[in-house]
Amino acid sequence: MNSHVSSEAQPGQIGPPIAHHMDPVTAYHAAKLGMWLFLATEILLFGGMFAAYALYHWMYFEEFHNASRQLNPIIGGFNTVVLLFSSFTAALAVDAAQHGRNDKVVKNLLITIVCALIFLVVKYFEWSAKAEHGLFPGTSHDGIAFNSPEFITMYASFFGLYYCLTGLHGIHVVAGMCLLIWVMQKARKNRFSQDYYTPVEIGALYWHLVDLIWIYLFPLLYLVG
Amino acid sequence: MSHHTDHRAATKSGIDPHELGHILPFVVYKRTFIILVVLTIVTVVAAELNISKYSAALAMAIALGIASVKAFLVATNFMHLKYENPVTWLYAGFPLVLLAILIGLLFIDNPFRVDPLPGLEAQRVIRPGVVAQELVAEAEAKAAH
Repeated sequence: MNSHVSSEAQPGQIGPPIAHHMDPVTAYHAAKLGMWLFLATEILLFGGMFAAYALYHWMYFEEFHNASRQLNPIIGGFNTVVLLFSSFTAALAVDAAQHGRNDKVVKNLLITIVCALIFLVVKYFEWSAKAEHGLFPGTSHDGIAFNSPEFITMYASFFGLYYCLTGLHGIHVVAGMCLLIWVMQKARKNRFSQDYYTPVEIGALYWHLVDLIWIYLFPLLYLVG
Repeated sequence: MSHHTDHRAATKSGIDPHELGHILPFVVYKRTFIILVVLTIVTVVAAELNISKYSAALAMAIALGIASVKAFLVATNFMHLKYENPVTWLYAGFPLVLLAILIGLLFIDNPFRVDPLPGLEAQRVIRPGVVAQELVAEAEAKAAH
């Protein structure tokens, strides 16, 4: 088994998988369209929660501004740049695959995965910092418990939405990491080439969506106060 | 090996890679990334200007506007949507239409509803104008019977 990751453009050892019902070019385009359909459902998933956020923000304007001031925009901004950079390296991974460079695919996917990990670690510290101030479910501060009537008077439903939105997004980051690790393992075995790189492309599409969602979450949650 | 490889000879399966995805030059990715980071900084700075004190709608429009530009750049350049066929654009754009309908209808429906967060409206008036204190007082009076 050849475990040396290819640094020269060479044809894939296996090429595109054989599908008896369609030629490889059609299979590539079908896979991409199928992925876009899935991304559409993901947009609707988060869209539902964004709709809830939009409505409550409109109704409880002051409370949302009070609550958003409890978040740190510098940390949020740092996480945004981390995800933007990971999106950049994911796009470069696809580019490398298009040139048959499995070694660069591995390198760029690894950087993407590490950035995802950094994002999750920063998020963990953000959430645990909230716990100290009674801003986390199950905690209280100065006698005011999370989502108690007094809490709601101050912040309305902001924090419920904050944890659900960033939590769901975090789950998608973890899922994206697993997906990209799987694709990276294939690249380490020189699976991809100029005529077959579909998993890299659709894995990167998923990762870009995760980034897109955060691009909207950041201003809505952190920059409102 | 020369740089200019004949693709047909190089690929065992005989596929012309140009029939697959569009290959963009590296500078496009680099430029897009730099613009994205700049726009992130602009968003944070704009938020610091505290425009929401004068006009909440304007502050939100600026923040969401910049976010939409960033999203557009990621979608067209990183996700190659610029080079996709119209069917893919339809798949990508249709959820946004649905979301617009969802949020639009929510905003139309909401003013005619009362007290979604129990207890809060006893202390203040719901925007845009339904007074809930009386309704809550009524409900409490009924419950007391």
